[in-house]
Amino acid sequence: MLCEQDFKNPGNAAGTLEKIRQYAPSSGEIRIMEICGTHTMAIARSGLKTVLPPSIRLLSGPGCPVCVTPAGAMDMILSLSEKPDVLIASYGDLLRVPGSRRGDSLMNRRGAGAKVLSVYSPMEALQTAREHPELEVVFLGVGFETTAPGTAVCIREAASLGVTNFSVLCLLKKTFPALRALIESPDFAVDGFLCPGHVAAITGSDAFAFLPEEYGLPAVVGGFEAADLLGCVLELTRMITRKSPALVNEYTRLVRPQGNPAAKELIGQVFCSAPSDWRGLGHIEESGFRIREEYRQWDAWEKFHLTLPGSREIPGCSCAQIIRGVLSPGECPLFGSTCTPENPVGPCMVSGEGACAAAYQYDR
Amino acid sequence: MNDRITLDYGSGGLKTSELIDSVLLPAFDNPLLTELGDGAVLADTGGSGLVFSTDSFVVTPWRFPGGDIGKLSVCGTVNDLCMAGGTPRYLSLSLILEEGFPIADLKEIVASVAAETRKCGVIIVTGDTKVVESGKGDGIYINTSGIGLRRAVLPGKSGIRPGDAVLISGTAGCHGTAVMMARAGLLDEGSPLVSDCAPLHSISAAVLEAAQQTSNTSGGSADAGAVRILRDPTRGGVATTLNEFSEGMPFSIELIQNDIPVDPVVEAACDMLGLDPLYCACEGRMLVVCAPEKAEAVLAAMRTLPEGKDAARIGTVTEDMPGKVLLKTPIGGHRILTKLTGMQLPRIC
Repeated sequence: MLCEQDFKNPGNAAGTLEKIRQYAPSSGEIRIMEICGTHTMAIARSGLKTVLPPSIRLLSGPGCPVCVTPAGAMDMILSLSEKPDVLIASYGDLLRVPGSRRGDSLMNRRGAGAKVLSVYSPMEALQTAREHPELEVVFLGVGFETTAPGTAVCIREAASLGVTNFSVLCLLKKTFPALRALIESPDFAVDGFLCPGHVAAITGSDAFAFLPEEYGLPAVVGGFEAADLLGCVLELTRMITRKSPALVNEYTRLVRPQGNPAAKELIGQVFCSAPSDWRGLGHIEESGFRIREEYRQWDAWEKFHLTLPGSREIPGCSCAQIIRGVLSPGECPLFGSTCTPENPVGPCMVSGEGACAAAYQYDR
Repeated sequence: MNDRITLDYGSGGLKTSELIDSVLLPAFDNPLLTELGDGAVLADTGGSGLVFSTDSFVVTPWRFPGGDIGKLSVCGTVNDLCMAGGTPRYLSLSLILEEGFPIADLKEIVASVAAETRKCGVIIVTGDTKVVESGKGDGIYINTSGIGLRRAVLPGKSGIRPGDAVLISGTAGCHGTAVMMARAGLLDEGSPLVSDCAPLHSISAAVLEAAQQTSNTSGGSADAGAVRILRDPTRGGVATTLNEFSEGMPFSIELIQNDIPVDPVVEAACDMLGLDPLYCACEGRMLVVCAPEKAEAVLAAMRTLPEGKDAARIGTVTEDMPGKVLLKTPIGGHRILTKLTGMQLPRIC
């Protein structure tokens, strides 16, 4: 078994930090972006920003599944929860996310009588459907390539068991088209990427090779413990300073160059590509997963004739800029005053993985 | 406040405080209640006074690794009495049962209550039973209230001084993590992850005794307030409880992450569920803030008991950031530990 303790509590932290300081620029700054909510939280929990030289700036990109889900999608989900026989089953993160009306969330709807269940996995939602044939159970399928295989297994299981009162509202997104859209956006200003270890465990680290090859951007696939983070920042700082972009896999204990072929095959069997709307990045072609025609009976979009309402960004909320790394949480005028985890305005504050929640929780 | 109760109001974190401050305290304002201790100290009841506490138990599933709702309902109130500086004596037991609940299960729970009361040296002296219609309760809810004899005067958070030591009697976050894992159906039979649910009557007595003894031997200063405060970090965990100490006070609490004992199994489970052990409930652990010169003796006293074998000094009271709890991380960085906002929710990935 792998000993995560050695990574959590690195004995050589001081040495790695010293090397990072040697490579850090003496003037100007280098900007490193992570694009995974778990990295956002891991960085905040490790106190990494408090030990790095000030010239190294860590930014959070569009990596939190909750944060990139547009407000209109939440409004649609909240309306769906009003149907008397519908039970919404969701990962916990989504429960507190407000729609475009402040304070209107699944958590509050549950308080007002809507049937909302917090689950750890889609299989738990499917089990609930089997135990409650009188209900229409709708699982909210959010996330990236990471949660797609589990969702695919569940849809196949529902089909093979012939469970008819279960469906998945697929809001799953693909990392790579969004990453390209982000890099090609006019205000993009990032020098290197800390790439998500979990996504890469599925897709393979090679899937990130386009970053150095096509865009000249250094990329390190990293794990989530303190030692991983330090190692990744050192590698990125070195490549950025030396202007020698490449792809490095730091998370070799879990990530293979080709990823997980079984998971990739499952995704392909159940989902196809579709356009998707991202908060902060807008409409991106081929950036989402859609349930294939043969499984349409378990597709909540079809079952409930749903359409995504147009853009409904929340007035004054900077989440869209924060997701692109254009603004830091502290630069949003609402941060910590109008917008707090107890009374969030936007999703970056509500999600445990959101850049604002992390900054509020750990950095203030 | 929201216009309706959400589950967050029961988390023991910020929302619970909001509920207490805006709805309950204004209605019942009195100096005993506004202390908001684990139990109330009734000093005017003759002798050295009494301590009084109450707690309700709604845990699902009712049987969890390391305990059940019966054991929990005794330990919970016994521990609250101990934390208020009392020796627990008498408990009440109220059962709210849902129509259809198996009698065999009830008997098992009652046997567990009885066994635990014997262990703690308390007796059930009064009680009540109610049955609600099917679907209107979660099988079984239990309320216990308890009375204890006051054995020590604890100054409370206003007695905490910069330089004081912060101690914990064992590993953090076991109960909350075990229940979450059991609820998610992720625990196998014989799993090493079990709740820390246990009574604190012996270990709290040992702590108070150790503090007193060292006062006597060190010149008999009769420093009755050397143990400033005792608190069991239940809902909201260690982080939230320490915030309750420092909130609005002129001191901060600085913790060293590497010194906080966390069972590696709990840590791994928390990583998987996206939880932080410092926010997960303990049901058989105790936080102690004491005068620095008593810290070693108090630690040694805890470690002589099996339930205190992992006791550790985890931090120090400082003046650096008044009102806050600060955590020094293993890589030499730091972060602020805030109160838990609402329920800890499982994350997506």
